[in-house]
Amino acid sequence: MIEANEILQTIHMIQEQHFDIRTITMGINLLDCRKNTDSETAECVYEKITRLAKNLVSVGCDLESELGVPIVNKRLSVTPASMITGSDPMKIAMALDKAAGDVGVNLIGGYGALMHKGSTIAEEILVESMPEVFAKTERLCGSVNVGSTRSGINMDAVRKMGMIIKRIAEMTADHDSFGCAKLVVFANAVEDNPFMAGAFHGVGEPECVVNVGVSGPGVVQRALEAVRGQPFDVVAETIKRTAFKITRVGELVAQEASKRLNVPFGIVDLSLAPTPARGDSVAYILKEMGLEMAGAPGTTAALAMLNDMVKKGGVMASSHIGGLSGAFIPVSEDIGMIEAATANCLTIEKMEAMTCVCSVGLDMIAIPGDTSANTIAGIIADEAAIGMVNNKTTAVRVIPAVGKKVGDTINFGGLFGYAPIMKVNTFCNDAFIERGGRIPAPLHSLRN
Amino acid sequence: MQKALVSVTGQDKVGIIAKVSTSLCEQNINILEISQTILGDCFTMLMVVNLEGSPESFQQIAQQLSEIGEQVGVIVTIQRMDLFAAMHRI
Repeated sequence: MIEANEILQTIHMIQEQHFDIRTITMGINLLDCRKNTDSETAECVYEKITRLAKNLVSVGCDLESELGVPIVNKRLSVTPASMITGSDPMKIAMALDKAAGDVGVNLIGGYGALMHKGSTIAEEILVESMPEVFAKTERLCGSVNVGSTRSGINMDAVRKMGMIIKRIAEMTADHDSFGCAKLVVFANAVEDNPFMAGAFHGVGEPECVVNVGVSGPGVVQRALEAVRGQPFDVVAETIKRTAFKITRVGELVAQEASKRLNVPFGIVDLSLAPTPARGDSVAYILKEMGLEMAGAPGTTAALAMLNDMVKKGGVMASSHIGGLSGAFIPVSEDIGMIEAATANCLTIEKMEAMTCVCSVGLDMIAIPGDTSANTIAGIIADEAAIGMVNNKTTAVRVIPAVGKKVGDTINFGGLFGYAPIMKVNTFCNDAFIERGGRIPAPLHSLRN
Repeated sequence: MQKALVSVTGQDKVGIIAKVSTSLCEQNINILEISQTILGDCFTMLMVVNLEGSPESFQQIAQQLSEIGEQVGVIVTIQRMDLFAAMHRI
């Protein structure tokens, strides 16, 4: 029998500490949709997605009601689109966006390319189409992988993405350059990530799969309130226990969703994903550990421990862990990070250090609109280098908000939140970025 | 057996248990266990119930209980027992 205090603990987690399942993401293979023309491919893509995902939202809502745990997002991820697109990728982009709208999901990921070692003609065309696509579509998200531990960094792709991000910012200038929030530039991208904007259905995945992303920074923060002043051993143990409980619910939801949708269960991603809601912040966990704000000396150590303990607690709770599992540190989606950036306690350079030990990278950071494409490319190269050398996923999702400068704020609303414009180092790197070519893979890529 | 947990929280007053259990009875839901505490003014009741005999869907039962809660002025929720077992038992 479950004891009353255990039941009440669960109820408090949900009602007061913002515990939720952040997303049920259905991954769909689109490789068989590739036809002779982009128009035919687009038709096939629409038909397949609307057929396989027609019950996704209703199953998500039923589980939400039966378990009493909010399932905030129901989403889709698809095969990187550049594998099925030809000379007119816009047609397929529109089909993906429409299919997502018609099945009722809020975002669909996969409008992207894997270019870590080089690019195909289709990939180059697709990347060129991104500014227009992200300006014209509502739900479509994309990612480009520009480096990996195995293959090194494709510096041509890095340079290109700097330019593309600038053009997306310009095309969506009316909405605080929101289009940039829909594009992630990765190194070591993972094939089963359920979180947006970087979700895609990797080529090693089955035909269709269900992945679940859990959350719960608020729950961890509240658990740590109970152990104030105690040594790190106790803090670590508390995080582990909490992560275990959170992940168990993710596993339950994933198994049930898989059964009801008749689609195999892929992974649970045990990320601590903040939302702009007060009390659901990774930065507040760091604060609870004893730092005045995120960014104060000690932040990297605190985050390293948090990230590791989340994994250690969660890994025993699910049969398959995957995705990006760890702690996310986006700026605009985390009230504590917004406060720290506004107070100049948190700088991009400090965040770069934090990305060495967190689950992903520089995420949802607003930078001045006059930041050059090469400066953005330099930021991407630095992040990719951290990912490549440390054998981890890193990413860059920056928003060079047109017409905005340090001191201004951009506001996307909803889950994407708002962010102060952060200062960027503008010393020239043109000669470095314009070299092009590939940075070779590190020695430890040779593991055979 | 399809076990669920009905939780009732709010300010204590006359008739909470009567109203909630009458509603459960009308929906042919058997109560397996009840525990109830009062801390200050705050009434907390946890009921483990079996939904197997009920002709209603889970969503209808939840809706019905929520309406009863509104009438009495307390919060009534129902959740599948699996949730608590998953979180607290290995």
